[in-house]
Amino acid sequence: MDQSKIRNFCIVAHIDHGKSTLADRIIESTGLLTSREMQEQVLDNMDLERERGITIKAQAVRTIYKAKDGEEYVFNLIDTPGHVDFNYEVSRSLAACDGAILVVDAAQGIEAQTLANVYLALDHDLDVFPVINKIDLPSAEPQRVIDEIEDVIGIEAQDAPLISAKNGIGIDEVLEAIVHKIPAPKGDPNAPLKALIFDSLYDSYRGVIVFCRIMEGTVRRGTKIRMMATGAVEDVVEVGYFGPGQMIPCEELSAGMVGYITASIKNLGETAVGDTVTEEERPCAEALPGYKKVQSMVYCGMYPADGAKYPDLRDALEKLKLNDASLNYEPETSVALGFGFRCGFLGLLHLEIIQERLEREYNLDLVTTAPGVVYHVYCTNGESMSLTNPSNLPDPTMIDYMEEPIVNAEIMVTKDFVGSIMELCQERRGKYVSMEYIEAGRALLKYELPLNEIIYDFFDALKSRSRGYASFDYELKGYERSSLVKLDILINHEEVDALSFIVHADSAYERGRRMCERLKEEIPRHLFEIPIQAAVGGKIIARETVKAMRKDVLAKCYGGDITRKKKLLEKQKEGKKRMRQIGNVEIPQAAFMSVLKLDEDK
Amino acid sequence: MESVELYFHIPFCVRKCLYCDFLSFGDGRSRQDYVRALAQETEMHAEECRKMTVSSVFFGGGTPSLLEPRELEPVFAALRAGFRLAEDCEITVECNPGTVTGEKLDFYREMGVNRLSIGLQSGLDEELRRIGRIHSKEQFLETWEAAAAAGFTNCNLDIMSALPGQTAEDYRKTLELVGSLDPAPVHVSAYSLILEEGTPLYDLVQRGALTLPGEDADREMYEETGRFLGEMGLRRYEVSNYAVPGYECRHNLGYWTGVPYLGLGLGASSYFGGCRYRHTEDMAAYLADPAGTRLEEQILTKNERMSERMILGLRLTRGICAEDFAEEFGTGLREAYGETIARHEKEGLLITEKDENGRSFLRFTEKGMDLENYVLRDFV
Repeated sequence: MDQSKIRNFCIVAHIDHGKSTLADRIIESTGLLTSREMQEQVLDNMDLERERGITIKAQAVRTIYKAKDGEEYVFNLIDTPGHVDFNYEVSRSLAACDGAILVVDAAQGIEAQTLANVYLALDHDLDVFPVINKIDLPSAEPQRVIDEIEDVIGIEAQDAPLISAKNGIGIDEVLEAIVHKIPAPKGDPNAPLKALIFDSLYDSYRGVIVFCRIMEGTVRRGTKIRMMATGAVEDVVEVGYFGPGQMIPCEELSAGMVGYITASIKNLGETAVGDTVTEEERPCAEALPGYKKVQSMVYCGMYPADGAKYPDLRDALEKLKLNDASLNYEPETSVALGFGFRCGFLGLLHLEIIQERLEREYNLDLVTTAPGVVYHVYCTNGESMSLTNPSNLPDPTMIDYMEEPIVNAEIMVTKDFVGSIMELCQERRGKYVSMEYIEAGRALLKYELPLNEIIYDFFDALKSRSRGYASFDYELKGYERSSLVKLDILINHEEVDALSFIVHADSAYERGRRMCERLKEEIPRHLFEIPIQAAVGGKIIARETVKAMRKDVLAKCYGGDITRKKKLLEKQKEGKKRMRQIGNVEIPQAAFMSVLKLDEDK
Repeated sequence: MESVELYFHIPFCVRKCLYCDFLSFGDGRSRQDYVRALAQETEMHAEECRKMTVSSVFFGGGTPSLLEPRELEPVFAALRAGFRLAEDCEITVECNPGTVTGEKLDFYREMGVNRLSIGLQSGLDEELRRIGRIHSKEQFLETWEAAAAAGFTNCNLDIMSALPGQTAEDYRKTLELVGSLDPAPVHVSAYSLILEEGTPLYDLVQRGALTLPGEDADREMYEETGRFLGEMGLRRYEVSNYAVPGYECRHNLGYWTGVPYLGLGLGASSYFGGCRYRHTEDMAAYLADPAGTRLEEQILTKNERMSERMILGLRLTRGICAEDFAEEFGTGLREAYGETIARHEKEGLLITEKDENGRSFLRFTEKGMDLENYVLRDFV
């Protein structure tokens, strides 16, 4: 394979600027696939992605393009997630590329994640060229956006292709630009093998399938390979590249190529994403830099609704971890919920996506506890700890002080909504840093915000208060001392560990009150009255009561009602089975999640 | 000789009430064809009931009293021709005020109908309108008088509590109307409104256009029902049914004690030969083939029959006779459900008592009756 005819690239963009659609058009306009075979969005393989319209997992596809110079080029298009939560995965994909296409919406212009992703691409030494998408929108202002790109990002944009990915306008120009503006890969196919693992997935027949970019050397069937970080050694069974929606075996992968390797790897721990693959006989001198280890920012407990499914949950997490190194988990037990896992995520969206994948792809019914962040607890005896589960908080008398994570938040918003967004940040204990006008009509607000104030519903609040015009990005600034307390919930005078959470002392009362109200709606009436109380340090700060049940009767039960009545009773019996027993109170699973929705009906 | 009950479904109404989820149609398009099919179906079942005695017949709906005598006549003819009716066979027709005439009542008498079930629902015109009934209090009184004049002495009244916007005071007015009737009713079915999904009323309540009384108000009204009717000499014998002793509805008692029944007509359910099934709800399909395929057919196992006996039998205030149960199933009540019964006895929801003949009955306490589902789900 002639290296000069290979182009490895990705597309970066802010959410909804049309990245996946452009990817589809590129695949459509090049070889290997007819329009009819095209699914709506070829690169988005997972159902979940299709529904949410965003790309979660990095994937790759290889197509053939016959350029105007008469030559055929191999395009390896590597898809990247767009959301800030997934910067880590973006990095992984970028490391496999030589260049990037930057898609910018002709009406919206640069958004927070446009910047974040472009800087990430530039950090990886990629050549970036912009395209202006959605030029057929009535509100499109391509020239303004071109100027903005040059001013803000500082890359050449005057000759950026003006396109509409949706309607297939300007796609040829993009294809030619890929040939001319993205550099061909380098690397010696005869050197010792050096390949970067940028993704992997598990297949029950073939074992782990490793997605990699060959930097140096060549790999083929039978090559004895070694994973440099884990030390695992395996014989290669198959190599190949990514056809749209399928994997196509080939003879060999050599320097500059992107493809996959299978080697009957059954042990999921052997193939870490970011690791370097080399030859056992003739190893390369040193491993590729790989990726920096990411820190989980948000934690929550995940429990199988049916306790017997614990091993299934463990297997599912292990498989998800395989291609999502940013997911962390360790076993924990809860008095209320039994055996489960404390899981760490990059952010709240990451949490939601993992939760949905567990439920859909692995058919698990989950109970999730309130998400929390990692607190630093300093005890009076000089010891300190990182707290991910509120239940583990030492007795208040043992605590000297606590620290919580603070993020630097950047919010880009149109002028009209600056006031309401500032108000929101104040409510969330934000500390104002600065505000600058990027251009007429658009401001960049900088705030320091406690992470635990943004993990609940900050995104939603931001959207509703800016009518969707604000975009938001954050990174961890560090830890600061804060006045934090543990809020406990007592149901029928028994503390329910799975409902405890850490909250700022000033919001404890409000949160406790709303929590009690919410639980009152979720807990069905019993034969007796059930007090629901919120407490801080043993002191009750709020209370609601679920009144005793007085009526659960079907007034009519004649000939035609009998079968229906039996079905109703069976359903009630099923429902009862799924309840969690706390003392003599039965609590539905939904009650444990109700804390997630505390702000919904505010 | 084994008994069987017959139920005839008449799926026509002047228009549908807002709370109704029964199978009925507001227009009378296929009425002629329907009664013809119903008579035909009746004939078709005669053979399998040859060795049985019909202990009761019930015309329900819908609004059976909407049909003209000439429409209903062939059905009665098929019934008389094909079945052996018990001497004391109870034959009931459901009547809704506003559709009843003297001519129809005389016809019922002629056909051997000896019981009417009249849908009063509420004694307040405003409430009647709110739930979409077609009649007024005045029309009800006319119907009541006409029934008496035609010689009907065994009549039931349907009333409803916990209606949208209803207060205990409002409901009291309905009870007072019932108490003021002459002749006095010997049977009252008093239903606490069930809000059924898919009905207009359900949507109105969901939208907040109507408000239903809360659980406490509901029970307050219902306790008043028992007190008031008790003073009139009507005794509660089932969750929603009250009667002067001796006037309990035999047809309905059959449902709750496991008597086999054949449901004839669109969507009707049957329990026959140890098997539960129902008819199609598709009018065209029914007209094309009235005996039709059995839908949701379920042959009951012994455990299912026992479970049904508990679920249905406990609806009766007298409860379930332990000796009868053991004799019928060859398994004692305690043997089958000892742990469950003990638990609910401890909660004060079930109780076992002996009658004057020394036979022991398991029944709900008054509190248990209000919470029957909570208990009954442990018997499925």
